[in-house]
Amino acid sequence: MFNRDRWKEILEVLSSNVFRTLATSFGVGWGIFILIILLAAGKGLENGIRADFGDIATNTMFMWSRNTTMSYKGLPKGRRFSFKLEDVQAIRDNVPNLRFISPRNQLGGFGGGNNVVRGLKTGAFNVYGDYPEIIRQEPMTITAGRFVNHNDIQDKRKVAIIGNGVKNELYDQDESALGTYIKIQGVNFMVVGTYQKKDDGGGEEGQKQIYVPFTAFSQAFNMGNDVGWMAITAQDGNSISNLKEDIVGVVKEKRKIHPDDKRAVGYFDLYEQFNRVESLFGALRWVAYFVGVLVLLSGIIGVSNIMLIVIKERTREIGIRRALGEGPWSIKKQILMESIFLTIISGMIGIVFGAIFIYGVNAVLDSVGPVDMFVNPSVSLGVVVSALVILIFSGLLAGFIPAQSAIKIRPIEALRTE
Amino acid sequence: MIQIKDLHKSYKMGKNSLHVLKGINFNVEEGELVAIMGSSGSGKSTLLNILGMLDSSDSGEYILDNVPIKDLNETKAARYRNKFLGFVFQSFNLINYKSAAENVALPLYYQKVPRKERQEKALKYLEQVGLKEWAGHLPSELSGGQKQRVAIARALAAEPKVLLADEPTGALDSKTSYEVMDLIQKINDAGNTILIVTHEPDIADMCKRIVHLKDGVIIEDKKIEQVRAEQYV
Repeated sequence: MFNRDRWKEILEVLSSNVFRTLATSFGVGWGIFILIILLAAGKGLENGIRADFGDIATNTMFMWSRNTTMSYKGLPKGRRFSFKLEDVQAIRDNVPNLRFISPRNQLGGFGGGNNVVRGLKTGAFNVYGDYPEIIRQEPMTITAGRFVNHNDIQDKRKVAIIGNGVKNELYDQDESALGTYIKIQGVNFMVVGTYQKKDDGGGEEGQKQIYVPFTAFSQAFNMGNDVGWMAITAQDGNSISNLKEDIVGVVKEKRKIHPDDKRAVGYFDLYEQFNRVESLFGALRWVAYFVGVLVLLSGIIGVSNIMLIVIKERTREIGIRRALGEGPWSIKKQILMESIFLTIISGMIGIVFGAIFIYGVNAVLDSVGPVDMFVNPSVSLGVVVSALVILIFSGLLAGFIPAQSAIKIRPIEALRTE
Repeated sequence: MIQIKDLHKSYKMGKNSLHVLKGINFNVEEGELVAIMGSSGSGKSTLLNILGMLDSSDSGEYILDNVPIKDLNETKAARYRNKFLGFVFQSFNLINYKSAAENVALPLYYQKVPRKERQEKALKYLEQVGLKEWAGHLPSELSGGQKQRVAIARALAAEPKVLLADEPTGALDSKTSYEVMDLIQKINDAGNTILIVTHEPDIADMCKRIVHLKDGVIIEDKKIEQVRAEQYV
């Protein structure tokens, strides 16, 4: 394979008709170029949409209570109920492979009135009663102080972690929030931390939240054992989509809800949504490969054609070589290598141009600012490797028929050709 | 060196079959210089092609250097050709994008001789045919006689048992023809077995034995007094 004479010969043959070689290689290069561009565009879209998901734990479902729609065990339909803390334990006991179960309570909400006061300043914010695990499900960066911990839960400490948006509204610019008190619906909480959430396209909303310990929240705002909703994350490798029926079943049993009552427990399966998007990406990739490979195919047919012509031209030479004792395998190998070499080189050029093109697009994107749903189109090393594999394979394919026809020529006939 | 017994060959042309060789029997000893003569259609080229394993016979026996040549597949034929035979063609058949030295080295390449040794040998044989200074030239830069001498050097390079020449002087003027024949005689003097297909009587007279073919059979096989080509050069 790494035979100097063989390579010399390949170069001699390919450079004997430079224009033809270039025209042929253009087909393959173009095919790979298109493939790379399509894959990069798909990746850009994927990156854009993924950025919207942020680093939220995607294997998560949210579950909340609604009114029952069926009567059950002597209880009427239309009953309002709420999850209880013991339901959390019941889920934990009965459904395996769950990573986090975070019961949550919430005050305020979209368009709610002012509920938080500090001195003369007031604001309307979402206030959540949470367990420490929520930070793993809804990632945020603690910019000062700390997040809720288990001692807070244990001791029902009235502490609060506020978003930077909250801090901006209730505090002066250079004021430290740590150790100060804010009044949430008339109850004082001490601020022990501030956080910053990754901008998820929801504007400032994500920064204008306040987290307090679940237990303190329940006590301060008279929730008793009630749980407003839950965020449940499955362990890696287990899809929450498969577990959600079990979870809902456990809760229905605990809350005396008819097992067939589909509307009493509301939930949102983030993983299913995420998967739907994932499968869209998969389909996009597939389309990119399909179109790219088809374009490449026409290039390969071009190579195959040219190889046939080359062999026609070299019939006599092949005859001479065989008279001198070259085996058919050696001839076949030579032609296959020529074809693979041609496809790989032109494919490489296609890849390089594709990379330059993507680089250019990225530079333009950077200079005009972010575009919705399209971030950093790129191709990974894996894509380049698989493109190479496709190239080697197609080179073999392109060379196979010509090589076969070359060794079919009998030396005596080849020599007779004038 | 060569033993042929009852060799038959016919070509199928549509429904008709053309019986070209109708039972050829002859032997060639080591060191002989044999001219195979005959008019066109006499089967002389077919005989040479079969001897050269470029074509196969329908029936009969062919033994080359005590090796029976039969049941050849392409790979085996290629190996035997490389090992036993050197070819010289009427139209030289040099590979036109390779230099003279590379052309001569080609059979050695198929013998997997190391590169350096190949080059040395190629130069040695080019020197033998008097073309050492032309080693780097392409065939297109050589005259007809020079091309044929390169082809002879190439045929010799593999150190074959038998040299087969198909009308080696057919494309050359008579002066150049005699030069080439002079070269062939000298190679024969060194002990090489050579078979020449020709239809020119003066070329045949420069061999040591003439085999006359007509309509697929040998009609005459005689040893002659060799005319040296030197005197015409």
